[in-house]
Order: sequence, then C-alpha cells, then structure tokens
Amino acid sequence: MQDSGFRTNRLGLMGWVSGGRYGVERYAYTLHRLTGLAILAYFLLHIFVSSSRALGEQTWARVMGYLSSPAFKVGEFLVYLAFAYHALNGIRLVLTELGFFLGTPRQPLFPYSNCVKKQRPVLVVVMVVAAVIVIIGGVDFLRTFSGE
Amino acid sequence: MRTRESTLWTWHLIAGAAILVLLGIHMFIMHLGDFFGIVQGDVLGWASVIERSKEVAFVVIYVLLLGAALYHGLYGLRTIIFELNIPERAERVISVLFVLGGVALFIIGVYGTFVAYSYVAPAVGV
Repeated sequence: MQDSGFRTNRLGLMGWVSGGRYGVERYAYTLHRLTGLAILAYFLLHIFVSSSRALGEQTWARVMGYLSSPAFKVGEFLVYLAFAYHALNGIRLVLTELGFFLGTPRQPLFPYSNCVKKQRPVLVVVMVVAAVIVIIGGVDFLRTFSGE
Repeated sequence: MRTRESTLWTWHLIAGAAILVLLGIHMFIMHLGDFFGIVQGDVLGWASVIERSKEVAFVVIYVLLLGAALYHGLYGLRTIIFELNIPERAERVISVLFVLGGVALFIIGVYGTFVAYSYVAPAVGV
C-alpha cells in the first residue's frame, strides 16, 4: 500500500508484461491474474443468470434460450479453460507462498543454485493436469455442440 | 505479527481452496453429470434445475460457493487495483464499495437459491 506518497510500483500494469528478467513463472502469474479477472466478470453475470430461476419456468426458459447461441457456448468453454488454468496454477502459487518447492536458503557461493530447478517441474505438472481437465471438459462441450 | 491485510490474504487462500472443491463439484455435475448418470435429461432444463435446487446438499454447496467465490474474486480485484499506487482515501472507498457490492450480490444469489428451494410446482388442471 502507498505510504507518504512513495510509489512502490513504478511500472503499473506494464509490470505485468515486462520489468526485467521475467521467467516462465512470472508470465504464468500474469496469466493467472488475467484468467481471474475473466472468471470474475463471468461470475458476476452468472449470479444474475442463475438467480433468474427464482422468477419461474418461463423466465428461466427465456434466459436459457438467449444463452444457447453458439457464441455463448464458445464463451462458456473459454471460461472453463480459464477456470482450469486458474485453479491449477493457484495450487502451485499457494504451495509457493507457503514455502514448498523452493529449496533451502543458502549462501550465493559457486555453483549457484536457485529455486527454478525445483519450481519448474511443479509448473509442468500442474499444466499437464490442467490440460487433462480441459480435454475432459472439451469432450462435454463437443457433445453439446453436436446436439447429444 | 498478524495484520489485518495478512488475515484478509489468508482468507483469500482459504476461499480459493474451498472454491477448488465446491466449484469442482459444480463443474462435474454441470458438465459430466449426465454422462455419469447423476443428472437425468438436460442439466439446464427446468425440471433438472428445480430437482437440484430442492436438494439441501446443493443449497449448501451453492451458498458456500457463492460466498467463497465473491470474497476470493473481489479481494483479488482489490489487490490488483491497490497495486496501482492509488491514494489512501481511494483505497478506503474501494474497500467499502467492494464489501457493499459483495454483500448485495450474495443476498441476490442466496435469495434466488432459497426461492428455488421453496418452489412448488403449479397444480395441473384435470
């Protein structure tokens, strides 16, 4: 938070894109924020759509009819993609925040070590799991498109 | 020393973990429920929606998921906005607006859930 007018974040939103030697994990964090914003926007609308069932069957049918167009189905799948990524990367971030898969602190003596060797496999694993979830969900969405 | 912000952040993580479980259940029901025979017919059809809405377990899941998702999402958005070096007064205004907005959305969602739970099908004339 700001203290006595001192700017703690000089890059602002551009810091999401570039600000030094960003690695894959940093861009994974940027994508985590972007997917979070997308999910939040969808969720706020979803509250109103879901609550329309309280207005009766006709209102529900009308709302569902409006949302049954292919464009909304594609959008729904994109939200599903965002959810899969955000959830799995979130697991990785929580583990990192709690200090797991970072290695023990040590003096910067040659040969140097960093936590990337321990972190990168975790990123790969969560992305593979996210891909599996996307494929499983994609089967359902394809069934929806094919009218089953 | 625990500060207010660190407590809020801890709840952000807890809400995220809760969403992982609850939204996972919701996604499974909505997208794979008919495939595994848990949901009969169209999962978004009125009959199916009302059948789920009248189950106490689903009511509990929906209310908890609504609260956790609203907190997790709005706190995340608040964090992003606060990183942009906004004045302290603006931070307080945003915090108040997000609390009021979140509570309002929660009330709307819970209202819809309980109205659906109490739904009585209209009598069919003979």
